[in-house]
Amino acid sequence: MTTETKAKTVLSVRGLNLYYGRAQALFDISLDVRERSVLALIGPSGSGKSTFLRSLNRMNDLVKDVRITGEVFWRGKNIYAPGVDLVEVRKKIGMVFQRPNPFPLSIYDNIAYGPRIHGIRDRRRLDEIVERSLRAAALWDEVKDRLHESALGLSGGQQQRLVIARVLAVEPEIVLMDEPTSALDPISTARIEALIDELRSRYTIVIVTHNMQQAARISDETAFFLNGRLIEHAATAELFQRPKRKETEDYITGRFG
Amino acid sequence: MTAKIVDRVMTAVFYLIAALLVVLLVGLLGYILARGLPKLSWTFLTSPPQSLSAGSGIGPQLFNSIYMLFLTMLFTVPIGVGGGIYLAEYARPGRLTDTIRAAIEVLSSLPSIVVGLFGLIVFVYYTGWGYTLMGGALALMLFNLPLMVRTSEEAIRAVPHEQREASLALGVSRWRTITDVVLPSALPGIVTGAILTAGRAFGEAAALIFTAGMSTPRLDFHDWNPLSPTSPFNPFRPGETLAVNIWKVNSEGLIPDAKEVSAGASAVLVIAVLLFNLMARFLARVFYRRMTAAKL
Ligand SMILES: Nc1ncnc2c1ncn2[C@@H]1O[C@H](COP(=O)(O)OP(=O)(O)O)[C@@H](O)[C@H]1O
Ligand SMILES: [Mg+2]
Repeated sequence: MTTETKAKTVLSVRGLNLYYGRAQALFDISLDVRERSVLALIGPSGSGKSTFLRSLNRMNDLVKDVRITGEVFWRGKNIYAPGVDLVEVRKKIGMVFQRPNPFPLSIYDNIAYGPRIHGIRDRRRLDEIVERSLRAAALWDEVKDRLHESALGLSGGQQQRLVIARVLAVEPEIVLMDEPTSALDPISTARIEALIDELRSRYTIVIVTHNMQQAARISDETAFFLNGRLIEHAATAELFQRPKRKETEDYITGRFG
Repeated sequence: MTAKIVDRVMTAVFYLIAALLVVLLVGLLGYILARGLPKLSWTFLTSPPQSLSAGSGIGPQLFNSIYMLFLTMLFTVPIGVGGGIYLAEYARPGRLTDTIRAAIEVLSSLPSIVVGLFGLIVFVYYTGWGYTLMGGALALMLFNLPLMVRTSEEAIRAVPHEQREASLALGVSRWRTITDVVLPSALPGIVTGAILTAGRAFGEAAALIFTAGMSTPRLDFHDWNPLSPTSPFNPFRPGETLAVNIWKVNSEGLIPDAKEVSAGASAVLVIAVLLFNLMARFLARVFYRRMTAAKL
């Protein structure tokens, strides 16, 4: 457990409200994310977990008619302030989606895509990055002999690790994951969970999961969302064993959701 | 009548309609090819036409058709794909987008003869060019742009949203995401659209009669300077295409073998258009396999 309160805060959310058109989806959320820790976001479906996660690297900007108030501080700057470099934000705060979404390219080109666009042309450096990222995502041994085959030929679990490798290739500090194992079988899920456990020493991870056992297994802290509100945020063991709020207790004991 | 009988009868009716279509197509193609194929020879395909005597070839017309097609695609593809990108990626719902869509709709429903008359006014008289391949190519562009825009837009929209998100989440800009992820994935659809457009352009006559003219100057095929008036590559010379030639030979040809010449030219035209369609299907399949298959 790495929940010493001394750990540095990397992301600091203050008074975040989000509206899809007229419907408010997030209500006044404030929350700190500690460096090199795993934060799990749990809550029933539709409670705003994905919406919250996507507001941490401004992916909600892509949705039409979204309005956001409040602040998200990263490295001391509000990422919603005018003039913020979105490229930098999204590079350093990477994202893994629910369904594996490799590009219809070779395994190699999937990983090299980000670094190439960010200006790395040297073949040897790209080779290095590809190998390092695939190793970090625990996929190297399985694909090293077929780097130039299509990524679409990989299994779902391999594709999801490929996607994680693709994110790691642009050297993020924070990796956001939105139910990364919900489309996978139990064995692939176990692999991804083991991978997350390895990544926690170098990266900060925020992961949405609908699976409370998963949250309990892999996270240092857990935040419980309900109807667009952050109900409770605490060290994982504490939140599951001694929830402070009635709603949290109802949820983790399976009384709803 | 029981539902079962109705079902049987309707099935039979649909089979009949399908059979009728096939018979029509085979009959039409068979007729054109049976009349035209015997006429085809290397000399016929390469020699110039005669104005009064027998023994016409379609060499210059064939060349004009291909060159005109090249010019047309040179304008149609970039502008069409650009329009497709705009409508699929940037256009916000609203008055402007509605107007653009309505304009495309109207443009696509204009009879080609009307496009030809418009071309006559603008590309022939207003510009002072006279009848030119360029004018013809621009008229064909107007005629084909809606199809190209529409197929590109559809192909671009069909690219899964997840792929765009994946790219944007890596810190890649909107534009680079379009050029590096969306367009490659949409390429099969765009290429198919382009080839279908090409087939249409190749067979078009009405839009060209008033823009590219019904004659071809004496061409010197050794002269490759596109500025020289006798060069085949000069886009600002009149250039009668194969389809226009068929129309002309049939309607006002004075040569004794007009029937055979037009039959031969028709066969060439039909074969070319068929090839375009087969190529479109073939490429679409190849691309599809390339994009989805496990092994490259
Ligand atoms: N793109 C969108 N447009 C409009 N409403 C949305 C959109 N995405 C999510 N919502 C709404 O916002 C609420 C929270 O959704 P979401 O963040 O996806 O929840 P969760 O991930 O916890 O299941 C839901 O009521 C959902 O219907
Ligand atoms: Mg969700």
